[in-house]
Amino acid sequence: MSDPAAARLLEVEHLTMRFGGLVAVDDLSFTARQREITAIIGPNGAGKTTVFNCLTGFYRPSVGRLALHRPEGEFLLERMDGFRIARHAGMARTFQNVRLFAGMTVLENLIVAQHNRLMRASLYTVGGLVGLPAYRRAEAAAVAKAKDWLDRVGLTERADHPAGSLPYGAQRRLEIARAMCTDPALLCLDEPAAGLNAHESAELNALLRDIRDDHGIGILLIEHDMGVVMAISDQIVVLDYGRKIASGTPASVRNDPVVIKAYLGAEEDEALPPEIARDLGGRA
Amino acid sequence: MALAALPPPRRLDGGHLIKDAALAALVALVLAIPLVGFQAVEVNAALTIRTRFDWMAIGVAAVFAGRLLLRVAQALRPVRTGEARARWLPTVDRRRSALLAWLGIAVAIALPFLPFSSRYVVDLATLTAIYVMLGWGLNVVVGLAGLLDLGYVAFYAVGAYSFALFAQWFHLSFWECLPIAGLLAASFGIALGFPVLRLRGDYLAIVTLGFGEIVRIILLNWVPVTNGPAGIGDIPRPSFFGLPFAARAPPGTTSFHDFFHLSFNPDHRVIFLYYAILALALAINLFTLRLRKLPIGRAWEALREDEVACRALGINPTTVKLSAFAIGAMIGGLAGPFFAAKQAFISPESFSFMESAMILAIVVLGGMGSQLGIVLAAVVLVGLQELRGFAEFRMLIFGAAMVGIMVWRPRGLLARREPSLRLHGERGSAA
Repeated sequence: MSDPAAARLLEVEHLTMRFGGLVAVDDLSFTARQREITAIIGPNGAGKTTVFNCLTGFYRPSVGRLALHRPEGEFLLERMDGFRIARHAGMARTFQNVRLFAGMTVLENLIVAQHNRLMRASLYTVGGLVGLPAYRRAEAAAVAKAKDWLDRVGLTERADHPAGSLPYGAQRRLEIARAMCTDPALLCLDEPAAGLNAHESAELNALLRDIRDDHGIGILLIEHDMGVVMAISDQIVVLDYGRKIASGTPASVRNDPVVIKAYLGAEEDEALPPEIARDLGGRA
Repeated sequence: MALAALPPPRRLDGGHLIKDAALAALVALVLAIPLVGFQAVEVNAALTIRTRFDWMAIGVAAVFAGRLLLRVAQALRPVRTGEARARWLPTVDRRRSALLAWLGIAVAIALPFLPFSSRYVVDLATLTAIYVMLGWGLNVVVGLAGLLDLGYVAFYAVGAYSFALFAQWFHLSFWECLPIAGLLAASFGIALGFPVLRLRGDYLAIVTLGFGEIVRIILLNWVPVTNGPAGIGDIPRPSFFGLPFAARAPPGTTSFHDFFHLSFNPDHRVIFLYYAILALALAINLFTLRLRKLPIGRAWEALREDEVACRALGINPTTVKLSAFAIGAMIGGLAGPFFAAKQAFISPESFSFMESAMILAIVVLGGMGSQLGIVLAAVVLVGLQELRGFAEFRMLIFGAAMVGIMVWRPRGLLARREPSLRLHGERGSAA
């Protein structure tokens, strides 16, 4: 249930992204709150991943204000470089096509995610070279944290294996664990359930609920798997052709005629030439 | 190659075998007519052509017989896959490679005192050590950070020239110039790094290739400073902590052999230079091994694996790339003065693209990222280059050996990646 009293975490106002003449995202506004899972859904090509790329600094939006509210202040994401958004604003993301450091081990993937903290602890390499005890403690803490996440996603046994050798579902879980090792305030997941079987999807749901409840962070989710979306989302934003066509709780979105039309294209058959419509009808 | 692509005959089919061998012989014949059949000879200051059809016939017959034997042998033996074919090469696990490393260090230290050792051997070992160091430096850039650099020789040149020039103008000693050379090369590395920050893969390789050529051409044409193609000679030799290696010490100093009450031997200097580069190379090795286990080293490897993911984790790719370029360049720059001191003369000719290619070949043949593999590759390649007995066939054998290594060990001599840290220890949950 969407709770209006929950703290606003991310406010997207009038986000527009144009690529030449193509408007991929058109005047999109929504709010994601702390301790809530916000899902962005929509048919293929609706502009969901573009929204993510704008939020995480991979694209610079044409128009719009993207504000992330943190205890230490407000970050205007549209003005920040990609890596600074992750480093300072606390925005972590996963990718539609899993992007792990395939040649490095599972553990190393999680240690690299804690790079900035370790870099400071090693006094930008100088302290690490001379073996400063503070650095050794920081490294031990980083390993402990990685171990904790490996336990949660069930990969402890394979910690020293190359990440690329894991099965697909495990790679997805590892990518989420890696994003969480950056201590994010908002976790952005791009189709985390893609390619997972029913059992793995259920595990993923449990993991995302745990993250929301234990860490008190916000989760922003792009997903095609309606089973996942309806089961775990607190709020859903529906995009079609870059525009927001509906938003609200899973129950209200599910029954929204505009959404059903966008997904099923109910009225569009009438626009087809009669002979094609007849063919389609005949086959069905 | 249509010939090589023919599937090996399953059973001995006489007609097929003869046809196959005849085809090979025909190709050999076509190639042999211009290559072997005619020879230009000088008779009484006039150039005439001599035919050698007898040689040609022997060659073609040998190809025919060889191909026939090869096919028969293939038909009699089961077909083996690439995996099986490489099995006769020993696999190198962690313990074996550690043993190999200590053995190598022991041999390297004992080398000048071994019975077969001579000034030539020590000189060659010094050259090998220089290449090992260059390989280790380039390994940071190519092997760890995954940035293909075809102009690495530029940093080597910067190191060598900064020693030569600082010694010539400011009369600084070898040991004073060494850190200067390293720092200068590192700043050149950063200077190269800035324009190529946005480039990847092939594009990066082309720009670095250009950078290497720019440095060489500046050295060639800036005659007032670098003396152009004539090079810089009379480069001072390094001293033993202030004691020069000279038959007669300059006034006010004591020479090395007087101080230690030895008889003068010019080999002392060569051996000392060898030990100096050996010590520095080992120190560099410890330094890079250490860096690999620090956040910076892991960030290099992460950058090699996926730059986009690095960015999403809050890692600044700019600083990671620049640090890789700077450290790699510094190591190359430190190797430069040793080359200059060894030769006592440098010219731009020593820093051509061939050198970059040689260093890159060492890194690739050694197995990207493997310190020990680079040592083996450097020994093999420098050794092959010195095959004096084979005269003009030297480069042919060099090339064939490189092809051979790539066929049997496509990922390099030692390509096993050791994790920078483990959760379960050495044998933990190894499957």
